Amino acid sequence: MSFIKVTKRNLRRTPYQALVASMAMFSTFLVLSIFLILAAGSSVVLKYYESKPQAIAFFKDNTSLGDVDAIKKALEQTGKVTSLKYISQDDALQIYKDRNKANPTLLEMVTAKILPASLEISAANPEDLKPIAGILKLEPVVDDVVYPEDVVERLSKAASIIRGVGSGAVGYLLIFASLIIIMVIGFKMRLRRQEIEIMKLLGASSWFIRLPFLLEGVFYGVVGAISAWVASYVLLWYFTPFLQSELLSEINILPVSPIFMLLLLAAEVVISALIGLFASFVAVRRYLKV
Amino acid sequence: MIIKFEDVGKKFGSNSVALADVSLEIGGGEFVFVVGPSGAGKSTLLRLLAREYPATSGRILIDDLDLGKIESKNIPKFRRKIGFVFQDFKLLDDRTVFENVALALEVREFKEEEIEKEVERILKLFEIWDKRNLFPSQLSGGEAQRTAIARAIIGKPDLLLADEPTGDLDPQTSWAVLQLLNEINSWGTTVIMATHNVEIVNTLKRRVISIRGGKVTRDRKEGRYELH
Repeated sequence: MSFIKVTKRNLRRTPYQALVASMAMFSTFLVLSIFLILAAGSSVVLKYYESKPQAIAFFKDNTSLGDVDAIKKALEQTGKVTSLKYISQDDALQIYKDRNKANPTLLEMVTAKILPASLEISAANPEDLKPIAGILKLEPVVDDVVYPEDVVERLSKAASIIRGVGSGAVGYLLIFASLIIIMVIGFKMRLRRQEIEIMKLLGASSWFIRLPFLLEGVFYGVVGAISAWVASYVLLWYFTPFLQSELLSEINILPVSPIFMLLLLAAEVVISALIGLFASFVAVRRYLKV
Repeated sequence: MIIKFEDVGKKFGSNSVALADVSLEIGGGEFVFVVGPSGAGKSTLLRLLAREYPATSGRILIDDLDLGKIESKNIPKFRRKIGFVFQDFKLLDDRTVFENVALALEVREFKEEEIEKEVERILKLFEIWDKRNLFPSQLSGGEAQRTAIARAIIGKPDLLLADEPTGDLDPQTSWAVLQLLNEINSWGTTVIMATHNVEIVNTLKRRVISIRGGKVTRDRKEGRYELH
């Protein structure tokens, strides 16, 4: 009889214990999936803000291109700027039209003259934005400077909190789930003590006795992880419209790439199998002297 | 298969002596009764032979294989040469007659087709083929013991150890079980049977080893049930 068959029979005999162990793994991997998705999402959002023009200087009317070039040179000399892009009044009008093409009433009465020309500046480091803004503010042709001073800093903080809290919660749940598997398998071994004794007398090798228990641990892990992955995918799919419209607006990371989700599934299956194997191995060593 | 006990002693803890200075030899194909009162050391002698635990002193040799020197990893392989029958049958309650007997071949990692063929053969031989789908709780004592014996010998062991196999059976069923053991012995399998059953021992007139207080008190070729 194959070990898979024996494992299946063992699972059938004690379905509630199997359910408890799988649910513990499910909770663990659901939290892991959510935190991994959050961590990956926050890193994409962070990159988005880091790669976007982080400061915009709006020029006063009648600013000459010569003035703009002089400002560009001054900024380039600081060595803190990665790219500079001049947006003329006509370009600004075009951008405005593109953004509001669905709403023609907003396009009426708007001409290039009422939109200021601007300079979009990307910095290598978010902390360089403040000195760059300081330089720009000193220029007499610059009317206003806007930059998302705290956005990147706040996002970095949020991402690190997500990673910290996520690691803590997942670590705790992994220990908890492993202990449940150890307990369930230990309990089952005690239930099957006589059977194990008989198998030993019949000449069963230690692996013949151990392997079904080890496979059982792997089964709990993998079933829990796959169900958690499915649940997290469904939750993500359900909340995608809300997240995209209310929180992320122009940052296009949803729907999440299927490749990312498949990689997540593969990683979770491997991790869960290893944890199930480890926990059942601990139980077998603790309770089974063969 | 030749079994030799050379000054074998077994202690449990520091004070409890189960066997002391046991020396004997059992030849291949013999049928031997081991008799003695409860706690005399009969079961210990059988369990030492199955290498459930090692002897505290002396040597047990089976065909020059010193049981005290078998490495733990080789014990399962050694046990496959031995069949074991118990007073309480030790059948698994949640497995059918067929599955209980098949277990002996499963642990030897036989292929499924071979297992089915062999189990069918042995169950038919023991006339319990029609009970193959029943669970132990649905069997009579005799049927349960026949199932246990079928499980013990399906792997074609050289040695069959029977620990009070008729202890829980009525006289008629006991005789049927003994006939079965006798037949197995006629195939060349060495049978060592621990028993309290005076009538069986005295009727069969086989070799009788008497044990008392962990010591062999008598060893007769065509013996009777005598404790003194």
